[in-house]
Amino acid sequence: MKTIYLLIVLLPLLGAAIAGFWGGRIGRAGAHWVTSLGVGLSAALSLFVLGRFIWGDAQPFNESIYTWMVSDGLTFEVGFLVDELTAMMMAVVTFVSFCVHIYTIGYMADDQHNWPKESLAGTHSYQRFFSYISLFTFSMLMLVMANNFLQLFFGWEAVGLVSYLLIGFWSVRPSATFANLKAFLVNRVGDFGFILGIAAVAMYFNSLDYVEVFEQAKDPALGFADMQIQIWGDASWSLMSVIGILLFIGAMGKSAQVPLHVWLPDSMEGPTPISALIHAATMVTAGIFMVARMSPLYELSETALTFVLVIGATTAFFTGLIGLVQNDIKRVVAYSTLSQLGYMMVALGVSAYAAGVFHLMTHAFFKALLFLAAGSVIIGMHHDQDIRNMGGIRKYMPITWFTALLGSLALIGFPGFSGFFSKDAIISAVSHSEIAGSGYAYVLVVLGVFVTALYSFRMYFLVFHGDGPRDEHAKAHLHETPKVITVPLILLAIPSVFIGGLTIGPMVFGDWFANAIYVLPQHDTLSQVGYTGVMGFVQHGFMTAPLYLALGGLFVAWFIYMQKPELADKAKQALAPVYTMLDKKYWFDEAYQTVFAGGSRGIGKLFWFVGDRGLIDGLAVNGSAKTVGWAAGIARQVQTGYLFHYAIAMILGLLLLLTWFVL
Amino acid sequence: MLGDWPILSLVVWLPIIGGALVLANGDKHPESTRWTALVVAVLTFVASLSLWIGFDPGSAEMQFVERAAWIPAFNIDYYLGVDGISMPLIILTTFITIFVVVAGWEVIQYKPHVYMAAFLMMEGVMAGVFSALDAMLFYVFWEAMLIPMFLIIGVWGGPNRVYATIKFFLYTFFGSVFMLVALIYMYMQTPEYLGLSSFSILDFHRLPLTENAQFWIFLAFLAAFAVKVPMWPVHTWLPDAHVEAPTGGSVILAAIMLKIGGYGFLRFSLPITPDASMTLDWLIIAMSLIAVVYIGFVALVQEDMKKLIAYSSIAHMGFVTLGFFIVFQIGAQGIPGAALGVEGGMVQMISHGFISAAMFLCVGVLYDRLHSRNIADYGGVVHTMPIFAGFMVFFAMANAGLPGTSGFVGEFMVILASFRADFWYAFLAATTLIIGAAYTLWMVKRVVFGAVANDGVAGLQDINNREFFVLGALALAVLALGLWPAPLVEVMSATVANLLEHIAESKIPGG
Repeated sequence: MKTIYLLIVLLPLLGAAIAGFWGGRIGRAGAHWVTSLGVGLSAALSLFVLGRFIWGDAQPFNESIYTWMVSDGLTFEVGFLVDELTAMMMAVVTFVSFCVHIYTIGYMADDQHNWPKESLAGTHSYQRFFSYISLFTFSMLMLVMANNFLQLFFGWEAVGLVSYLLIGFWSVRPSATFANLKAFLVNRVGDFGFILGIAAVAMYFNSLDYVEVFEQAKDPALGFADMQIQIWGDASWSLMSVIGILLFIGAMGKSAQVPLHVWLPDSMEGPTPISALIHAATMVTAGIFMVARMSPLYELSETALTFVLVIGATTAFFTGLIGLVQNDIKRVVAYSTLSQLGYMMVALGVSAYAAGVFHLMTHAFFKALLFLAAGSVIIGMHHDQDIRNMGGIRKYMPITWFTALLGSLALIGFPGFSGFFSKDAIISAVSHSEIAGSGYAYVLVVLGVFVTALYSFRMYFLVFHGDGPRDEHAKAHLHETPKVITVPLILLAIPSVFIGGLTIGPMVFGDWFANAIYVLPQHDTLSQVGYTGVMGFVQHGFMTAPLYLALGGLFVAWFIYMQKPELADKAKQALAPVYTMLDKKYWFDEAYQTVFAGGSRGIGKLFWFVGDRGLIDGLAVNGSAKTVGWAAGIARQVQTGYLFHYAIAMILGLLLLLTWFVL
Repeated sequence: MLGDWPILSLVVWLPIIGGALVLANGDKHPESTRWTALVVAVLTFVASLSLWIGFDPGSAEMQFVERAAWIPAFNIDYYLGVDGISMPLIILTTFITIFVVVAGWEVIQYKPHVYMAAFLMMEGVMAGVFSALDAMLFYVFWEAMLIPMFLIIGVWGGPNRVYATIKFFLYTFFGSVFMLVALIYMYMQTPEYLGLSSFSILDFHRLPLTENAQFWIFLAFLAAFAVKVPMWPVHTWLPDAHVEAPTGGSVILAAIMLKIGGYGFLRFSLPITPDASMTLDWLIIAMSLIAVVYIGFVALVQEDMKKLIAYSSIAHMGFVTLGFFIVFQIGAQGIPGAALGVEGGMVQMISHGFISAAMFLCVGVLYDRLHSRNIADYGGVVHTMPIFAGFMVFFAMANAGLPGTSGFVGEFMVILASFRADFWYAFLAATTLIIGAAYTLWMVKRVVFGAVANDGVAGLQDINNREFFVLGALALAVLALGLWPAPLVEVMSATVANLLEHIAESKIPGG
């Protein structure tokens, strides 16, 4: 099996290297073939691995590949832990990545137009793009397959690197290079917490190996749950809360949770395929995966869980609201992603890790689908992304329309669709939670369902229904995109509809994750939901509020945007302050720009001009140089030019020194 | 048997003699001058590799020892040897020198023979500093190092080179005078405790010293080494020296000369004055953390690429001194992790040698073409120099400590270790994740990305084979150390363990 796991990881890397280093030689077709083949094989092998877990008798695999370093008794390794959780993640990552590779062949076909004519960076941009997305697949696989914190951090930063490279892919655009720097730095704020969390684990568990750490955490005799540490003065902190919160700060960066969410909407500057792959389906879910993987640690601290829950619920609701006022098709989907990531975090916060990971999976399919469909629309509209200019596209792009409809229904949790199962599982789990903050979270996630349906179908109706695009020229050229684009849409639409109902039983309410996820009995909210099979779950859905809220949102969207378009403007005027607040995204960007970006430059200038140049150089160095110069002016009188004068001076000096030391 | 060969002498004297030959060759045949210099540099590197091959990583003893009387009247010996701390630094020196020679190939047209000779002699002298086990020999090499560097900046430097060289010279000279006094003082103490007068550094390690003496000796060493590292607040010579120095000078300065300060702490301060080091560790820790945070902010607002990288060097070297001096607070708690800090500092030194060299070479590539180091004069370089841009982004990421590159390894180890000493040390040190990325990538954004800024950038030619070779080799080194640091850590672990054992014992007489 080790060979298979190595192949799964290394094939995408190989493809990336070939397309990246020899892109000019192998040409465009060579690049997309070699990378798609690498990722395709990797996906096939991942599905094989997953199949062995489902139908075979595969046991969790935990082995080191090589020892990175040994220092002071602490072993740093590179190795794989493949259990049910990892196998599921591998399958999702490689499958979505494969779809995106195929899609990219169509989407980036005319990329040379995005570059200045004489730009040499533009000559092989197509090959470079394939290289990057394959490199991303490698990095993400390293992240999910890690069996230790070192490799987790490696994967964590490597996906961040590729995200940086891809957001800024069209490096000639100032907005793109602004967005990628912002994304990297905000992620680094998260990583700052993350690395401290890893340092804490390394110190108190004296190991970086998952299994070794988790075994210690689960052992009540070692008493990690009650361990206290001092950080500031004499105040005691629960060790596990500190570790949990520090690690979670990393997840807040990567999974774009409030207040570190600001980078994700801007990341839409990148080409759409990577918005689907990296900024919706996979990389941004790394934080959710990480917390689920660390469930043995999080279970020991209700404080940390509450922290996760409150941050998640806040993100889920308040970023969803922003989605209501966005007019850029990709940004609507981006805010929807933020909101859905919040839902997943909420699930983790109430110890329903399985439900969080389950939503991660369904969301990966339907959100990748929605992004790719949006990309298809964008191509049809000749790169106009404003949904107010669209409309009626249903008639011109039937496959895009229908798959987007399926994706939207899955997103709002329409009964029977994948998203219904995963979202309802989360909401039910929250309703049974007794942890602090669960009341707050419950209200927000239930209200969030309405908001989700409203923004999703606002976009859906504006884009696909009503009268055709405003611009007659655009209308004349509007037609369905080629097969390389529509086939991935169909491939993703299938799981968006069916995967939820098929897998909810074993994954969420069964023992599929028994090896991977650890839940204390007193936190086990999922077992209280009372699951009685798929049909029972759907029936139960009809008796609870979220379903009607979703349908209500759908209806309101239809009513406002299809029936009474003037209502939208009236609402906007009536709620002007609220609208402004949402339009300005609660002023996070402005505040960060002023306080952090401006502030650091201010501090830098202060230190440089006042500290380095003023005090150290001006006063101390040049000041003493001047003093020496002045003293030398006097001392110059002594310089007689006679050798014996100097000799006497030297001897006297030596004598002085010696006396001082000897006495 | 490798051990029977005077390899260290070879590594020290081959480049010095080679340099003398190059110098004697005169400026008539620049081509043969360059090739001779390259052959000498490569041979020296190969010779130094045999140190690695023949090294016994299980032993903490000095290896490849050579000893002969030099000035018998004062018991001063020609005494060389290496352990797990100095050996990697010597190989770093010989490795980097090759690239300095290649990088100056056709760029240096003015007196190339003197230029090449200066760097070769510099190489030998620096190898001497790392291998000297006699304090006087060390001191001679230490001071001799200043002369070629003084010439390199003074002759091939920028417009403000006179100020920079004087500042550089006075700063470092000021520091080393105190060190000389301390060395002489200890020499005078040796007969009483050890029965004979000796300048042997290993004898100094065994020399009992009163608390008061240790205090002053520690400060004397601190003056010398802190300037070299450089540590805040005696760092201001470095940005000026870098800005004025030619590319090769900056590379040697950043990649190797700064390491001599770090090496000094391990070879002198910690083992000779362990009690004072323990009492005054807070001072070094504070200076290190200020270097990481304060200097990071200063780097952020630099408009000159070389200054920015110079400040970045100071911040990165803060990790080295932090890693070395947290050992007492970790040891006091009776938990492991002290070796992690020291080894982390060492790895950081080697890694910074690669990365800072590469960063300065990158700036050199641009400077050779447009004769400007100002960030504002660039923009959109990726459109005309895509291969160069790839290297620059790669090294920038390494500078920002991306895992998989060497820049991550040392920082990670030191952060893990400093967390054990005090949460807030780790907290402040880890801010480099944000600040380091901010100043490095912001520079990259303004220089490499964006639209083509001006006609100068529009006319740029991508790197040639020579430049590709230099940057490619360094990129491989950065990756290799980042992906598999185990071999490096392995050769130093016995030495570090021995050092930690040694400094755990008080040297106060009767104490």
